[in-house]
Amino acid sequence: MKFVDEFREPEVITRTAEEIKRLADPNRHYRIMEVCGGHTHAIYRFGLKDLLPSNIELIHGPGCPVCVLPMGRIDDGLAIAQGPDVIFAAFGDMMRVPGTQGSPLEHKARGMDVRIVYSPSDALKLAQLNPDKHVMFFAIGFETTAPSTALTLMRAKAQGTHNFSVFCNHVTIIPAIRAILDSPDMRLDAFIGPGHVSTVIGCRPYEWIATNENKPVAVSGFEPLDILQSIVMVLRQLKAEEAKIENQYKRVVPWEGNGAALRAMAEVFELRPYFEWRGLGFISQSALRIRDSYAEWDTEKRFEVPGVRVTDPKAAQCGEVLKGVLKPHQCKLFAKECTPEHPIGALMVSSEGSCAAYFNYEHRKTAMVTSIAMPA
Amino acid sequence: MCLAIPGQIVELYPDQPSAAMVDVVGVRRKVDLGLLQDNLPVKGDWVLIHVGFAMSKISEEDAIDQMRTLRMLGEAEAAMQEVEGYGLENVENPKPA
Repeated sequence: MKFVDEFREPEVITRTAEEIKRLADPNRHYRIMEVCGGHTHAIYRFGLKDLLPSNIELIHGPGCPVCVLPMGRIDDGLAIAQGPDVIFAAFGDMMRVPGTQGSPLEHKARGMDVRIVYSPSDALKLAQLNPDKHVMFFAIGFETTAPSTALTLMRAKAQGTHNFSVFCNHVTIIPAIRAILDSPDMRLDAFIGPGHVSTVIGCRPYEWIATNENKPVAVSGFEPLDILQSIVMVLRQLKAEEAKIENQYKRVVPWEGNGAALRAMAEVFELRPYFEWRGLGFISQSALRIRDSYAEWDTEKRFEVPGVRVTDPKAAQCGEVLKGVLKPHQCKLFAKECTPEHPIGALMVSSEGSCAAYFNYEHRKTAMVTSIAMPA
Repeated sequence: MCLAIPGQIVELYPDQPSAAMVDVVGVRRKVDLGLLQDNLPVKGDWVLIHVGFAMSKISEEDAIDQMRTLRMLGEAEAAMQEVEGYGLENVENPKPA
């Protein structure tokens, strides 16, 4: 655990942790899901679990874009990029995510033209700089990144750039939360809502969780104090037997979201009837596809997509970990065959993946303590 | 990818209404303002940047807090690498993927 005095306002952190202990009924076990992978990373990095009483269990949610992408989509994208004169462009997070025949990085080593971009607009620029090639942008992400992809497509159309397309893998967070709540093996008491997704969608889309499912939600920032305050918010609601949406991250998240971003998404995207998520299976209306009015820039309409369906390596239990049914270290491959250096599942690749977060902070810590306690 | 990087608007372009030069801890890059059309920032304002697009206006205090959070999360280096990567400055000599 990090020392509390390394945090800003350590006395406030200590007071908030005490408040959590006061609010938690010792006769009750609380299961609170943090939806966003950024929160999962922060919780492990800051050792926040150690500040919580043992009857508060944090369950890691599906909000890690590379983690929920099924391997078949990576294979599909790489298959298209095998074609002549195609450049495969993606964010750095995608580069080490394993496909059946290896990651994009491994394909690059075998000669594929693979480029890291830090912005979808740079993928468009790459197309303009390479007029004799086709640039395919492998788009992933929730509502945080989807508006930027949408604006990029609007620019491609306006500028008449025809050697550019988007392989759209954007997903939406609300149907994933619904699927988790519908899952029979999952019992949750409350949610820590995602911070940056909510800057786009606002707080309203979570209201059904309170009104229909009777579960509190606190939309949270990423500092240690933010997360602890959000836990206080949901515990207070649980104690008062209330369920409502609270916005702990008001300094960044407007209740109504970002209108310009939502309009860009509506202009370019429509809901797919269904989409496959790793671990959660097919979820209806849970992902975005490109509207017909942008068909020319839609990889799936311009190219023959193999439509590969691949099951995850049998021994890997990514699905159970993603659903929160298993903790990362309970997977048979964790820290054995599957490590951040040699990831078998995507949850070990991204810093937002719960397996990588658990490995980097909890596992290394335990391994160090064990090696000190039991010298060889 | 889900990093939110704080930056200050240091230059606007009358001929490119949806572009701005931002300063992120001394590194200057162009970002897109298209997602802030309803509430355009002015020179001196602070914004949170995702994948090259300014997504929200924030206070200077929150910008400083956000940079500190990135440092505490061990993500400051990745954030700077991302900002330096905007605009394909390295296209002629792309960084190894």
